[in-house]
Amino acid sequence: MKERLEALRAEALQELEKVAGPQELGDLRIKYLGKKGALTEILRGMGALSAEERPVIGELANNVRGAIEAVLEEKGAAYRRAETDARLRTETIDVSLPGSRLPTGAIHPLVKVQQEIEDIFIGLGYSIAEGPEVETDYYNFEALNLPKNHPARDMQDSFYVTEDILMRTQTSPVQIRAMKASGGKTPLKVICPGKVYRRDDDDATHSFQFNQVEGLVVAKGIRMSDLKGTLLQFVQEMFGRQARIRLRPSFFPFTEPSAEVDVTCSQCGGSGCRMCKQTGWLEILGCGMVHPKVLEAGGYDPEEVSGFAFGMGIERIALLKYGIDDIRHFYTNDLRFLSQFARM
Amino acid sequence: MKVSTSWLKDYVDLSGITPQELAEKMTDGGIEIDAVEPMDKGVAGVVVGYVKEKTKHPDADKLNVCKVDVGTGEDLQIVCGAPNVDAGQHVPVATVGAKLPGGLNIKRAKLRGVESQGMICSARELGLNDKLLPKELQEGILVLPKLELGRPIGEVLDLDTHVLELDLTPNRSDALSLLGVAYEVGALTGRPVKLPEQDVFAAAEKAADHLSVSVEAPELCSHYSARYIKGVNVAPSPLWLQNRLMAAGVRPINNIVDVTNYVMLEYGQPLHAFDADQVAGGSIVVRLAREGETLETLDGQQRTLQPHMLVIADRDKPVALAGVMGGANSEVTDETVNIVLESAKFDGSTVRRTSRQLGLRSESSLRFEKEVDPARVIPALDRAASLIARLGQGLVADGIVQEVVKAAEPIVITVGLDRINAYLGTEIAKLEIQTIFGRLGFGSEISADGSAVKVEVPTRRGDISRDVDLIEEVARLYGYDNIPTTPIHGDTTPGALTASQAIRRELRRRLSDAGLSEVINYSFTSPARTELFPALGGSSRPIRLAMPMSEDRSVLRTSLLPQLLETATYNRNRKNPDLAVFEIGTVFHTDEEALTALPHEKHRLAVLLTGALRGASWNRKAQKADFYDAKGVLESVFAALGLSGSVTYEADSPEHLHPGRTAAVKLHTELGEQTIGYVGQLHPEAQQAEDLDDTFVAEIDLDVLYDAADRSIVYRTLPRYPAAERDIAVTVDAGVPAAALTAAVKEAAGELLESVRVFDVYTGEKLGAGRKSVALSLVYRHPERTMTDEEVAGLHAKAVAELEQSFSAELRK
Repeated sequence: MKERLEALRAEALQELEKVAGPQELGDLRIKYLGKKGALTEILRGMGALSAEERPVIGELANNVRGAIEAVLEEKGAAYRRAETDARLRTETIDVSLPGSRLPTGAIHPLVKVQQEIEDIFIGLGYSIAEGPEVETDYYNFEALNLPKNHPARDMQDSFYVTEDILMRTQTSPVQIRAMKASGGKTPLKVICPGKVYRRDDDDATHSFQFNQVEGLVVAKGIRMSDLKGTLLQFVQEMFGRQARIRLRPSFFPFTEPSAEVDVTCSQCGGSGCRMCKQTGWLEILGCGMVHPKVLEAGGYDPEEVSGFAFGMGIERIALLKYGIDDIRHFYTNDLRFLSQFARM
Repeated sequence: MKVSTSWLKDYVDLSGITPQELAEKMTDGGIEIDAVEPMDKGVAGVVVGYVKEKTKHPDADKLNVCKVDVGTGEDLQIVCGAPNVDAGQHVPVATVGAKLPGGLNIKRAKLRGVESQGMICSARELGLNDKLLPKELQEGILVLPKLELGRPIGEVLDLDTHVLELDLTPNRSDALSLLGVAYEVGALTGRPVKLPEQDVFAAAEKAADHLSVSVEAPELCSHYSARYIKGVNVAPSPLWLQNRLMAAGVRPINNIVDVTNYVMLEYGQPLHAFDADQVAGGSIVVRLAREGETLETLDGQQRTLQPHMLVIADRDKPVALAGVMGGANSEVTDETVNIVLESAKFDGSTVRRTSRQLGLRSESSLRFEKEVDPARVIPALDRAASLIARLGQGLVADGIVQEVVKAAEPIVITVGLDRINAYLGTEIAKLEIQTIFGRLGFGSEISADGSAVKVEVPTRRGDISRDVDLIEEVARLYGYDNIPTTPIHGDTTPGALTASQAIRRELRRRLSDAGLSEVINYSFTSPARTELFPALGGSSRPIRLAMPMSEDRSVLRTSLLPQLLETATYNRNRKNPDLAVFEIGTVFHTDEEALTALPHEKHRLAVLLTGALRGASWNRKAQKADFYDAKGVLESVFAALGLSGSVTYEADSPEHLHPGRTAAVKLHTELGEQTIGYVGQLHPEAQQAEDLDDTFVAEIDLDVLYDAADRSIVYRTLPRYPAAERDIAVTVDAGVPAAALTAAVKEAAGELLESVRVFDVYTGEKLGAGRKSVALSLVYRHPERTMTDEEVAGLHAKAVAELEQSFSAELRK
């Protein structure tokens, strides 16, 4: 029996040596180690052995099995490796080809800028008030200290619907609505973004429809220095920490004192360039302390509280921020324009 | 307003300040200077010459050869092509070596064989704006009055000056005069203002003997004054006066009219001169126009007057539109000998209304509209009388004929010193505040207890009426730059978006993330466009602008879709045929026939898909947009708003949409069912009209969604027992909506049917005409135990039976 086992080992190893492929390897496993294989066949004779011989032969049989299995394992691993290698080779792709991107749409640049402005002021504790685009003469003008026949009405040419109803020419009427809605509560801190309309011939810098954001704060003891502080904080968030502001006296019927606000040119940082006409400054908003008559119209007592207000054109900010050369692009909706704003 | 520095320095010392520095100071002080233009554009070597002789050029029809004396003792021979050149004229001569604007150097030259030793110049060649000159001088050389020969032209034409262009805000009409600007410059520089000289008149002749004044509309004219000037010699004004008028942009006419304009520019008080002999009865009446009256104004236009217009009339007829323009019937002409000089204060809003209605705006109306300084009515009158007497050799009759309805009174405002600093956030000292008022020329006095300042505001500053106006004056002279920068103190407030704002923001984010680009269209459109698509929410009467800029933009949009189509066409024409866009915007409509209240404004969301949704790539074909893509956008929107279960889609065929490929979108709430929008393909005819390929659109009302939206997320425990999945495939009539099948299955199978989903729809010859196969996948699940096969089979049989019964469905095996 011992001899038969040794012979089996020699034969199996020899045959395994010449094996030609994984299929044949499997066949050999069955042939030698399978349930009906050669080894099992030999071991069937174990019953005839003496008690002394049995452990010896048993050990030998295990050795033979181990030796054959080791070779089978080794060969099998090699075949699997080769198979995997072959598969990887066939599955190799050109990684330089373009990927399948997620679809990309874009939020309109004016909305993008508006949301950015909103977020800055939300962070400063403002809520967002909205009002109708078709307004009454009272809210659009009269309550804002612009009585009928006031020469300052010339500053804005309006689209009237009837004698008393017009397309709002500014977001300022929302100030009055917000004040009235607050019922005299302080502090009141709102911004009012939205579309406005003025009779203007369209060109690269003018559009009869455009967007503004208005800001209003009413509380006890609001000072002009607070206005400066708020605007500085805003422009630094909007245009970067290095941005500075400059206030110049101006006139708006609904504020007194009034100011135009310049921000350091975002292009040249203040040294002077084409964009800022060599001045180093860009005009971006108008502001002032809320006129007592406007506070009264909003239901506040100007002896008790004070306030500041500011307003800016969203198109103007977007033009500056993105370096856009023509305001009309915002309204022609050319996909080649819009898709440029799909980025963060 | 244009201000020449050489004129301004008559009233305030400008030494040591360059025009640019002056402009900066004024801009920083609140009067924006738009431009600083030098009058001298680089002219050198041009002098006054005298044309002694003019002969025809031997070889050129249009040229003349002139002999010109420039005071050097040696005549120059100059060839000149100007049609108006003539012997006996004084003219500007650019001598050899002279420089003209634009880098032109004058050299000795031969013109058609004749030597020319210089050039006789036109106004334009000297860099002057010649639009204010008479036509013959625009087309030819500048003809000067008699002057010393050889004098440099810069001196003669007052070229050594700069013109500041003021961009005045409506409140600063006080700066519509040289004196007003001088006061402002004085305040900014701390220098005093010098008032113009005035003569004293002491003629034996009494004005009252020639003239009477009566104000019949006292509420519209608070002061009317006039002087009578006898024996004037109407002639061109001296050059210095013409120079100043032209620098200010005013056309010189004759010495009388020029003086009235000059004094208007100087004082801001418009004046008018009448030919006294054309004023019937010597009586001046300030009254309202009478029905049917007409007046030919100085510009030659016949004006029909309305009863609310204020006129100056004589005994018989109107002779001027008060404050707007004089009448041709009493115009000062070359024949005029005696004049009535008017200085008055007319009501601003009346002048404004009249000038607007007649479309007639003048330098005079511009000033009256903004209310002139009542304290300058008489000084301006006397100043003009002085100049006319000097320049026109007239005799100013003794006395002013006037009616004073309301005398000028300065206003007095008291403001607390603490209030000033508390309002500005500053700590400006009492003394400094008083100094500021002093510089402005305002009288001021600190109250006995030292807490307030009493300020007397001169009438020239009509814009100042209350304490905050004074605070602004302090602030701008103290310098806005010197006001500190502080954070707001006091209670904090939470900042947040409202629900509707948050929803719009979220929709924008989701839609753009899903590949749609946002557009913004105009709110104005043409009436025809508003009728293109069905109305949502019942009423849809569009709102028309009273005075549109064009018919194309004459009404407010009632739907976002028509302009989205324009967006698509625009892009298609620019080779962007693949478009997936949305707009969130407002539409407008009213229930009223004629608008008396604000219209309805509704937020809408509109979507347009056309061309390929995803372009072709190396690894896949282009994916053309279809109806289900558009519907899918809406489904995603409703899912985001927690409304998937409340919305249904029903086949519908509104105008301009494809009748077989359009659905009305219905929202079901406690209030019932309402149509909130449409989704569909554009009608093939509409597609053709818009020049578009297959185009899919959707529009929904957002306002109702703000209320209906369910923004609360409530967690449900994950299922603990397994589900049983079963499929059904049935054939039904092609017209049966799949949604009806799924609804019926749900109804029949009851609560244990977790979901039902259409996974295949098929039509083909095998099924027969008018039939289709629909395959449904059903998921059954019991929340508390595993369902038995028998249970599932029982429910499933019910579902199948329902389909067979209600839809004549045949089960496909």
